[in-house]
Amino acid sequence: MILNEQSMELVNLVKEFVDNEIIPHAAEYEKKNEFPEEILDKALDMGLGALCLPEELGGLGIDNVTMFAIAEELARGDLGIATTLIANCLASFPVLIAGNDEQKKMWFDIMQEKKYAAFCLTEPNAGSDASGMQTTAVKDGDDYVINGTKCFITNGGIAGIYTVLAVTNRAKGIMGLTAFIVERDREGVSIGKEEDKMGMRLSNTCEVIFDNVRVPKDHVLGREGRGFKYIMQTLDHSRPGIGAFGVGIARRALEIATAYSRERKQFGKAICNFQAVQFMLADMAMETEAARQLYLHCAQLMDAGLPYTMEAAMAKTKGSDVSVKAALDGLQVMGGYGYMREYPMEKLVRDSKILQIYEGTNQIQRSVIANQLLKKIK
Amino acid sequence: MNILVCIKQVPDTTAIKIDPVKHTLIRDGVPSIVSTFDAYALEVASRMKDKDKQSRITVLSMGPEQAKNALKECISKGADEAYLVSDRVFGGSDTLATSYILSGAIKMLEEKNGAPFDLIFCGKQAIDGDTGQVGPEIAQHLDRALITYASDAVMEDGKLKAKRESDEGYDYLTADLPAVITVVKTAYEPRYPSLKGKMAANKAVIPTLTSQDLSGLDLAHCGLKGSPTKVRGTFTPTHEKNGQKIEAETGDEAGRTLVKLLSQAKLIG
Ligand SMILES: Cc1cc2nc3c(=O)[nH]c(=O)nc-3n(C[C@H](O)[C@H](O)[C@H](O)COP(=O)(O)OP(=O)(O)OC[C@H]3O[C@@H](n4cnc5c(N)ncnc54)[C@H](O)[C@@H]3O)c2cc1C
Ligand SMILES: Cc1cc2nc3c(=O)[nH]c(=O)nc-3n(C[C@H](O)[C@H](O)[C@H](O)COP(=O)(O)OP(=O)(O)OC[C@H]3O[C@@H](n4cnc5c(N)ncnc54)[C@H](O)[C@@H]3O)c2cc1C
Repeated sequence: MILNEQSMELVNLVKEFVDNEIIPHAAEYEKKNEFPEEILDKALDMGLGALCLPEELGGLGIDNVTMFAIAEELARGDLGIATTLIANCLASFPVLIAGNDEQKKMWFDIMQEKKYAAFCLTEPNAGSDASGMQTTAVKDGDDYVINGTKCFITNGGIAGIYTVLAVTNRAKGIMGLTAFIVERDREGVSIGKEEDKMGMRLSNTCEVIFDNVRVPKDHVLGREGRGFKYIMQTLDHSRPGIGAFGVGIARRALEIATAYSRERKQFGKAICNFQAVQFMLADMAMETEAARQLYLHCAQLMDAGLPYTMEAAMAKTKGSDVSVKAALDGLQVMGGYGYMREYPMEKLVRDSKILQIYEGTNQIQRSVIANQLLKKIK
Repeated sequence: MNILVCIKQVPDTTAIKIDPVKHTLIRDGVPSIVSTFDAYALEVASRMKDKDKQSRITVLSMGPEQAKNALKECISKGADEAYLVSDRVFGGSDTLATSYILSGAIKMLEEKNGAPFDLIFCGKQAIDGDTGQVGPEIAQHLDRALITYASDAVMEDGKLKAKRESDEGYDYLTADLPAVITVVKTAYEPRYPSLKGKMAANKAVIPTLTSQDLSGLDLAHCGLKGSPTKVRGTFTPTHEKNGQKIEAETGDEAGRTLVKLLSQAKLIG
């Protein structure tokens, strides 16, 4: 598909920002092991932290196509920065899906004031299998009291507000899970270990601990016992964004590898003259475009109000697989130089890998796709 | 606060070349931009608005229809509304006529608003015309306080406080409102357009003010007729690198070498 003029303008604006403010500086922050607050503040001023804020609450009201195309641009700059910004949408989706008007207003007011939000699903013993979760929320008068530890939470240490999934009725299995809004400054909320990650180092990933955290019952999103459903809808909605991230990284790998192949001379000519190198570049380009069309197609289905569960899983899986392959092949094109920290390619290898893991591993995605397929055939 | 920023759309002079034979600007393919110092002026104004959210920023430009693109860029960076002054009879205006016409437009807008603009911003100079006259002339036409060459400005207790570069250091100046201020390069860069601003700019309708809308103007002072400046000729300055860098271990030694060179050149006795 081709983006319309208005989407294109917004995407180009983000590209300009990425070229001028992210790409030249991201590596320095990574080297210094520093959170890129200055870059993020500029991005937030542009409105990039609230892409999903509805128009009636003062947001952009952009469609999913535009939102994910922007995600691609951000990831081309730096996956950590992209993840930090887009995690705000991930955390907001349960509120948009199940929240009432007051909850939406409260949520977005706090998110915009405190800059970041986080989505708390994963636990040490509940990753792919959310039903194994141990965090509980026990009703006590007009309140719920939440206890448990969430791990690997993007923006966990910097968010001002969280969406949290907890067990309200263990006997009911996944129908006993409930989604809550929890503010960071509630008593009993604390930040545990900050993860030291292989890649995506400009993103904050932390443990979030809930120790007898009391929230009023108006912090329940939608209906008690429906949390799992809302979270599955949330992940469906956010997955094409991960596909778009993959496309952004693959595009960057292709750009760097193409430029390098024209500069580097061996056997008396630029290595781009060797067919083996050309074919790697051609495959990278072809796969990147295929992955782009998948996430855009999924976004188009969403915007049209059509079902998209299978396409979302496809877009996520394809985009992430393509990015890992493109980064590795891009590194191969650069030979030994690609392996060196001095050059930007090895970072793409380290960054891209997470895309096959978070928001549901690619194995889980393939199960989702197969389930949908088998359902259709039946 | 009600703020006006005067902006000029100019060719990107960093990309422009001069025809060595005809001595005219080669404008083909040169992108148009908001004159650099005007972009800084808008940023200073926007920072005031960041602090006082009730403020409104209006941008005003005189130029051809395509200058609306420059005005839209300003809206994408947070300006609330924009006006273009454009009319055949305004063509060929020199700085005097330009400032006269702009002042007429400002008066008209102020009448419409029922109050004078608290602050009128200009760049220190347009990066093509480079005269630096339009801002001070507007202050004169409107009889307002004027601060020139400010590298920063804030509002404090209802007064304008500006920092101005001078050869000795900085001057800190205060002015009562309403006032005119011209701005040099600031320590900070102009912001990026926000996504929302960009969308607003796309939808923005920018009114064109013609000589009929500005009925208070005496057309004898506008356009070519109203422009006493006459261009007698133009030439391309040659850029010769005839400077000499004196390098020495100490300042003392460098000073002595300098004096020797100057006296050899018979520039000092
Ligand atoms: C950097 C980072 C950021 C994250 N951000 C967040 C966040 O913001 N919020 C949040 O809630 N979570 C977050 N996560 C958690 C992430 O979603 C989980 O790590 C992911 O879902 C996998 O869970 P797990 O790590 O426990 O792996 P496991 O579930 O233990 O999986 C281990 C392996 O087993 C495979 N496997 C498991 N079950 C099956 C099955 N049924 N069929 C086939 N294969 C299977 C998996 O594919 C995987 O290869 C983040 C993780 C990371 C690393
Ligand atoms: C091809 C060409 C021919 C010209 N011929 C003549 C001529 O014959 N005689 C002559 O005197 N001049 C001539 N000019 C110059 C032209 O009149 C000036 O560009 C204009 O008067 C503004 O002066 P300046 O550019 O020096 O602006 P400056 O005085 O340097 O500008 C200072 C500030 O005033 C504001 N400002 C200036 N112009 C505008 C505007 N149009 N709209 C809104 N704000 C503005 C901006 O804030 C700007 O930063 C010519 C220019 C060109 C390009």
